[in-house]
Amino acid sequence: MGDYFVLAISCIFVNNILLAQFLGNCPFLGTSKKMETATGMAMAVIFVLVLAGIITWITDTYLLKPLNIEFLRTLSFILVIASLVQFVEMFLKKSIPALYAGLGIFLPLITTNCAVMGVCLININEEYTFMQSLVSSFSYAVGFGLALILFAGIRERIIIARVPKPLQDTSIGLVTAGMIAICFFAFKGMV
Amino acid sequence: MAQSMVKEFTKGLWAELPPFRLVLGLCPVLAVTKSVENGIGMGVATTFVLVCSNLLVSLLRNIIPVKVRIACFIVIIATFVTVVELVMQAYTYPLFLKLGIFIPLIVVNCIVLGRAEAFAFKNSPTLSIADGLGMGIGFTLSLGALGAIRECLGNGTILGNTVFGPGFQPFTFMVEAPGAFVCLGLMLCLMNLIGKK
Repeated sequence: MGDYFVLAISCIFVNNILLAQFLGNCPFLGTSKKMETATGMAMAVIFVLVLAGIITWITDTYLLKPLNIEFLRTLSFILVIASLVQFVEMFLKKSIPALYAGLGIFLPLITTNCAVMGVCLININEEYTFMQSLVSSFSYAVGFGLALILFAGIRERIIIARVPKPLQDTSIGLVTAGMIAICFFAFKGMV
Repeated sequence: MAQSMVKEFTKGLWAELPPFRLVLGLCPVLAVTKSVENGIGMGVATTFVLVCSNLLVSLLRNIIPVKVRIACFIVIIATFVTVVELVMQAYTYPLFLKLGIFIPLIVVNCIVLGRAEAFAFKNSPTLSIADGLGMGIGFTLSLGALGAIRECLGNGTILGNTVFGPGFQPFTFMVEAPGAFVCLGLMLCLMNLIGKK
């Protein structure tokens, strides 16, 4: 149990997916201008990443490894993730329309979110067991949400600030992200 | 024809320079630019995938049904990424280890999919190659430049050669994660300054 806790802390803070591993930066900058969109994206990522983590782990362990076709990992993972996202979208639309309305437009974007694919690959490269993969997928997703929401909060303030013209928008956004990354840097060596 | 090819080629080098103007595909830009070598290696790998997938998408553009085009693009891109992965593992193993999961992640690089969707699906194969090559070289140069700044300030070297005298204190911040964000942000600011003139 303790091991899982340590793994979770390391995935959320120390190896934060956005600020320490640089995965999923396009939605990080793209959806962080408003708090609402940031929350929507964070929820969608948590939801899909956990499912994707489980399914790709099963695909790799029970399909690719026994058949010795690990070289098809990239291809099969992206297909699994793309179809999973499509499936989740259709399922939510039919059964839980309220959640679909909330996550709606963010779901298709997740297919090309490298955080999802990245975490699935990390799980395999680190040779995690099923439970470890589950914990790490969930914790990485929580770390993603945490960083995204923090960043959106700061960015909403920056919009009303007087920023020099060439620095506006993405440029100041990146510098701000750098500052948050320094804060997260303090967690390094904790685990 | 030749003129439009030149136009498609050069737009990737400045007017639509991928990481800066389009703000796409930032993850590898931030992650692998600790040194020039890594940056250029990643850039070349991405260029190869970009050119090949653009060519194939463009050749198949009349066969691929519009409704399932994204899925088809992804399969095409994933195939070329697998090719790059295996080639790099065979011939440039140290670089392969350094770039790690960012090689398979070329698959989800928004630039590659973005060019397939926005350009190659609507244009002829020759124009698509020019577009892919231009974007790829623009991407490689950006990665190389960012890598050079970070390696130079953070490590005091460029491509492994010492730049400064023995009294130089490495500015380690630059090669760590936060430095990547700040450095890219300031480069973007600089590009805006030059572009506004």
